[in-house]
Amino acid sequence: MRRSWWKILGVLLLVYTFIAGLLIEVPRNPQLQETIRNLFFHVCMWFGMMILFIVSFVRAIMYLRTNKHIHDIASRQYAGVGILFGLLGYLTGAIWMSYTWIDSNKSIFNSFDTIAREPKLIGAAIALLVYAAYLVLRDSIQDMDKRARISAVYNIFAFAMLFPSIWIIPRLLDSLHPGGSEGNPALDPGSASANMRLVFYPAIAGWTLIGVWIATLKIRMKILYEQKLSQ
Amino acid sequence: MKKFSFIFYFLLFTLIANAQNVNMADVMKENGKIYVVIAVMLTILAGLVLYLVRLDRKISKLEKNK
Repeated sequence: MRRSWWKILGVLLLVYTFIAGLLIEVPRNPQLQETIRNLFFHVCMWFGMMILFIVSFVRAIMYLRTNKHIHDIASRQYAGVGILFGLLGYLTGAIWMSYTWIDSNKSIFNSFDTIAREPKLIGAAIALLVYAAYLVLRDSIQDMDKRARISAVYNIFAFAMLFPSIWIIPRLLDSLHPGGSEGNPALDPGSASANMRLVFYPAIAGWTLIGVWIATLKIRMKILYEQKLSQ
Repeated sequence: MKKFSFIFYFLLFTLIANAQNVNMADVMKENGKIYVVIAVMLTILAGLVLYLVRLDRKISKLEKNK
């Protein structure tokens, strides 16, 4: 294994997250109850996604500055793992929401009309679709240099779209999701106790490191594949 | 004054009552079944990590062979 200390660190942080995440004392919130522990899993997916998209964006800029093909490969793979994390965040959010947001006087299906209007869900869906279009755009161009350049430029646009769709508009509007008009969805000191932050921050680091590990594996595989093709 | 202390105790009491009425998985913690859940989750994590480690080793081998 190559440069493995941070991989071990990531795994250890996740082991800590799984154990402490289920055992620590959490605030007794009448609406969330024990599901408050999803903070260590669901929210970390979004954090991981944002960090991976930032790395992808930086590599896209590096490609445009240097024209080195390796940056293009890296940018693509980081975006891919970022989308995977985003989808997992969306799915886990869907499960969490069906048990905490539904109106107990209505069926799940009928309370869906309020949930479907959630600005956070719409914003996250827009962001993920913009990144999905990145993959479609890449694969539709045959010429290698053209593909790398156009997709690097599009990557910068997709990253810019994260600002309104995730970081600004959903936080201005009222929402069932924490961190609506009153502040940040995850880092607000009022919503997570000090105890929980002791697990939450290591969990973010652990999940992100695992995501980076998967991305580096995919990058190395892609490089091997292209070397094989050029032989 | 009496009225105020009544309101104070009423608030205090409802706060305490609310804090304890929230349904948490206290039983699961008391009888230790929560450790079963942790064991299952750690097993899945270990399996996924082992898969990644093996993949990493294989790629390293391929990189050396070229």
